[in-house]
Amino acid sequence: MNPNIYLWIPLLPLIGALVVGLPSWFGRPIRRPLAHWITILSVAVSCALSLYVLYQHYWGGAETYNGAVYTWAVADGIRFEVGFLVDRLTAMMMAVVTFVSLMVHIYTIGYMQDDPGYQRFFSYIALFTFSMLMLVMANNFMQLFFGWEAVGLVSYLLIGFWYQRPTAIFANLKAFLVNRVGDFGFVLGIAAVLAYYGSIDYAEVFQAAAAQDNAVIAIPGLGEMTVATLVGVLLFIGAMGKSAQVPLHVWLPDSMEGPTPISALIHAATMVTAGIFMVARMSPIYELSDAALSLVMLIGAVTAFFMGLVGIVQNDIKRVVAYSTLSQLGYMFVALGASAYAAGVFHLMTHAFFKALLFLGAGSVIIAMHHEQDMTKMGGLRKHMPITHWTMLIATLALIGTPFFSGFYSKDAIIEAVGASDRFGATIAYWAVLLGVFVTSLYSFRLYFMVFWGEERMGHELRKDLRESPAVVTVPLILLAIPSVLIGWFTIGPMLFGDFFADSIRVLPQNDVLGRMGEHWTGPLGFTLHGLLTPTFWLALAGVIVAWFLYVKQPGLPEVIRQRARLLYTILDNKYGFDALYIKGFAGLGRGLGNLLWRVGDAGLIDGVLVNGTARTIGRVAAAIRGSQSGYLYHYAFAMIIGLLLLLTYFIGTWQGWFA
Amino acid sequence: MFEGWPLLSVLVWLPIAGGVALLAIGRQSAVLTRWLALVFAALTFLLSLPLWTGFDPHGGMQFVERVPWIPVFGIEYALGVDGIAMPLIILTTFSTLIVVLAGWDTITDKPSAYYACFLIMEGIMNGVFAAMDAILFYVFWEAMLVPMFLIIGIWGGENRIYATIKFFLYTFLGSVLMLVALVYLRFQADSFAIADMYGLGLPLSVQTLIFLAFLAAFAVKVPMWPVHTWLPDAHVEAPTGGSVILAAIMLKIGAYGFLRFSLPIAPDASLKLSGLLIALSLIAVVYIGLVALVQKDMKKLIAYSSIAHMGFVTLGFFVIFPIMANVGFSDGGALLAMQGGMVQMVAHGFVSAAMFLCVGVLYDRMHTRQIEAYGGVVNTMPMFAAFFVLFAMANSGLPGTAGFVGEFMVILSSFKASFWYSLLAATALITGAAYTLWMIKRVVFGAVANEQVAALDDLNKREFFVLLVLAIAVVGLGVYPAPLVEVIEPSLQRVLDVVTAR
Repeated sequence: MNPNIYLWIPLLPLIGALVVGLPSWFGRPIRRPLAHWITILSVAVSCALSLYVLYQHYWGGAETYNGAVYTWAVADGIRFEVGFLVDRLTAMMMAVVTFVSLMVHIYTIGYMQDDPGYQRFFSYIALFTFSMLMLVMANNFMQLFFGWEAVGLVSYLLIGFWYQRPTAIFANLKAFLVNRVGDFGFVLGIAAVLAYYGSIDYAEVFQAAAAQDNAVIAIPGLGEMTVATLVGVLLFIGAMGKSAQVPLHVWLPDSMEGPTPISALIHAATMVTAGIFMVARMSPIYELSDAALSLVMLIGAVTAFFMGLVGIVQNDIKRVVAYSTLSQLGYMFVALGASAYAAGVFHLMTHAFFKALLFLGAGSVIIAMHHEQDMTKMGGLRKHMPITHWTMLIATLALIGTPFFSGFYSKDAIIEAVGASDRFGATIAYWAVLLGVFVTSLYSFRLYFMVFWGEERMGHELRKDLRESPAVVTVPLILLAIPSVLIGWFTIGPMLFGDFFADSIRVLPQNDVLGRMGEHWTGPLGFTLHGLLTPTFWLALAGVIVAWFLYVKQPGLPEVIRQRARLLYTILDNKYGFDALYIKGFAGLGRGLGNLLWRVGDAGLIDGVLVNGTARTIGRVAAAIRGSQSGYLYHYAFAMIIGLLLLLTYFIGTWQGWFA
Repeated sequence: MFEGWPLLSVLVWLPIAGGVALLAIGRQSAVLTRWLALVFAALTFLLSLPLWTGFDPHGGMQFVERVPWIPVFGIEYALGVDGIAMPLIILTTFSTLIVVLAGWDTITDKPSAYYACFLIMEGIMNGVFAAMDAILFYVFWEAMLVPMFLIIGIWGGENRIYATIKFFLYTFLGSVLMLVALVYLRFQADSFAIADMYGLGLPLSVQTLIFLAFLAAFAVKVPMWPVHTWLPDAHVEAPTGGSVILAAIMLKIGAYGFLRFSLPIAPDASLKLSGLLIALSLIAVVYIGLVALVQKDMKKLIAYSSIAHMGFVTLGFFVIFPIMANVGFSDGGALLAMQGGMVQMVAHGFVSAAMFLCVGVLYDRMHTRQIEAYGGVVNTMPMFAAFFVLFAMANSGLPGTAGFVGEFMVILSSFKASFWYSLLAATALITGAAYTLWMIKRVVFGAVANEQVAALDDLNKREFFVLLVLAIAVVGLGVYPAPLVEVIEPSLQRVLDVVTAR
């Protein structure tokens, strides 16, 4: 395969972004149709090439590509390069990223048609596509970090896209800073990689990691640990930021301040899954550390269950989906922590399709509702928006893991894998993801029923105006609905139990839960039928029924429950108090400390006492000395006599040895 | 084509001659003055480029000129550049050109004297970087104070007198001690040539005194905590151009001194005191980062941010000792740390200059630097906002911009010295983004805050051009730092060799 193809895949969206972006960033945007045609074409070609690459890598027998594009710098013998590693894991990510991105590009024509920042928006999402591709195609840690930060930058720009809204510019600053906390760990992880493995090139690092036999190191203040544990934990802190895991999850719900298309693309399908991709990519390191994997699993489990619970009490349609995303990302991390990397990445892929669909569907509802996002003011929309309704239903069914839908295969595989794992924390994680199925199903169908069923709670004017969204919106919905249903059935075999990831993901034999599950593998149908017998299926069904009972049959009941369970509701409604802790606690502490250091340290001690104090002291001494220069002869004579006496005393004393 | 030219002398004396010529013209014509200043600045910049193109990274000192100056004391007029000095000279000529353009029609008070100060300053700073003789270095070093004193004192803000005196005393006190050390060294080395002062094998106690004397001079210039408090005052009172030169070049001279004098002349003392220097550097990063967070004045904020960023430079220079002492890691790392520090010097030159120019653009229009006076600037100045956000991202160390390169190298390498050094340095990722982007949020984003903001005009062509040039430099260095890294590596390796040969 011609390696230039790899280069063009990220380059095209970059060119599109710059051609459309540079004029618009400087206030002279090009014409609207031109803006969307340029970016859509660039991403479409990039998507086609990505699919071709995927085809070549799976069916065409293409070799794993690992090569440099250019050398960023060589310093102290360390090569810092920009280069690509393309294997099947990367190829799959490229296909998912460019496909969802393309759908979102098309959808944006409809969603943003009245927005004055139309061209700017297209340039940003094309720039995002470039950044995300650079992230997944990286063959070294520096470029990974480049992509990592670049997607963060675009996310910042897009969350704050409507920069006049105070909430939006609060949310984007928050997102950037919380991500920076993660990056802080991530960059230390890269430093540890370079220090212990002597390179930042993936291939060399993996080789060194395997060869080093996982030496134990001691860090003063932290105790002893293996190199892989240190590296794994530090890198995972980065993943916690980017993939919004507890306790660095707080930015993702607020990121919903951004326009809906980017919520689908960045904050559901692609960017937030970068952490999952990273851990899977680093499987040769993580496999060496049970401790790091246990941490990954437990953090994922906590996020999966507790963030799902918060989703139940949200009334903003986008926030429900956002909490769902947090929870599903938690599922993926649980899989990674159980060494079922392939299952995590598999769920990443299915989730990308149905979650993007869910968000874009929510966006379609928001268009119809004239940018009202409160679900308590919706209801009965299925009659007015049939395509949105049906595609949303498909996405919801996929999300809760209905048999034959894509989400079923990936989620069931995760639950089974963690159940089969004997790693520390696996039991807790198993119960978290299992009960999480009920929670997922409850909040998902709560959303579905509140929006599409029941009485129409919107105002009269709005009700008359309700209509299905235009084709540019509904066609992407339909195109995303297809993989949301089918992709699981067709890919579970090769991805989980076949050799699809054989060259990308390394699992030690003793950790290979998927391999053990594969011994019972009889094909997708057998897996599906087996799924009907597990508690997972019945928990999901129970969630649907409860949701139906509460939001269709007895719509007054939720309010009663809310009154009865005040404490629980308050806790969930305040999202466990993380925001208060961070904003009043950490941010306040930072400002307080800054003020203290500034006013007491700089202004008080250094300037006040040392600098100005020295100046004052010199002034006083000078004043005192000035007093001695009185001009009176007898003062001077007296001083001379005193001085003479002192000198005489000194010399005689020295001679006589008085001071010895 | 410039072979045989005394290129460095030209770079020193041409701008000084230009400055004197401007003073001679006096107040006759503001237009003539600034065009003449532009011609001199542009010519000097163009003439500094052959330094880059004709430079051989492995060639040691190049473009050398030697003339006996005061033969009685063995003082020579000796100029030459290696890979450390050369990029800094080009940074100087570049920054001066930018400053001349930036002041174009905003300086109405004594424009000829204003431009003369900057041109003379440029020549002197080139002299500092090019000097191979310690006394010549010292003369340029002290001479530098005068034009900057005048720039702040004449074109500065309300409290300029306090700021100038603080600036002058602080920096002057330090340099007097340096002179004592240089005179002492002359008797040990029997020469005032800086290179002759290397490898003297002085006893540790003597080295320590020499190191401390140098430290007094260089730490103030960098500035390092706790002798940094003159900088925020100086920046706040300085006109935009003064801030640009101060941040882009003058701070670098302190760091340059560490490379040229402290490390190679007193390597044992450097080793002994490296813990102190590392601690001061890390305090600069953490403490100053927090102080920057709560600033209400944009220039003060950027001034504090400069101190924090310079902490990476000094950290990179002194963390080499624990790196070399620490075994159990893959080889190397010390050179990477020094390169990181050096790259950070150049990068900070671009980024801080750009940040100060952005504040200058706002100040020219609204005559206030208070953050709270602004809000929603993007609505009326979209072009400006695009630049400001880009430079803010560079200031936060975003990969792909100049601000990332040096910080990244220093964080990576200091891990081999200690996990905790690396961790404390990496807090800059959080604090840097916090103070910079919080300012951006309050100044640039949001709805139009008041009538003055509503009446703002976007960048004119001149301002656009200046910021565009800097944007290209900032992104260029971030995307492809290899040329700079390659040029500095052999020279830094030589410093490292001298240090390890002790």
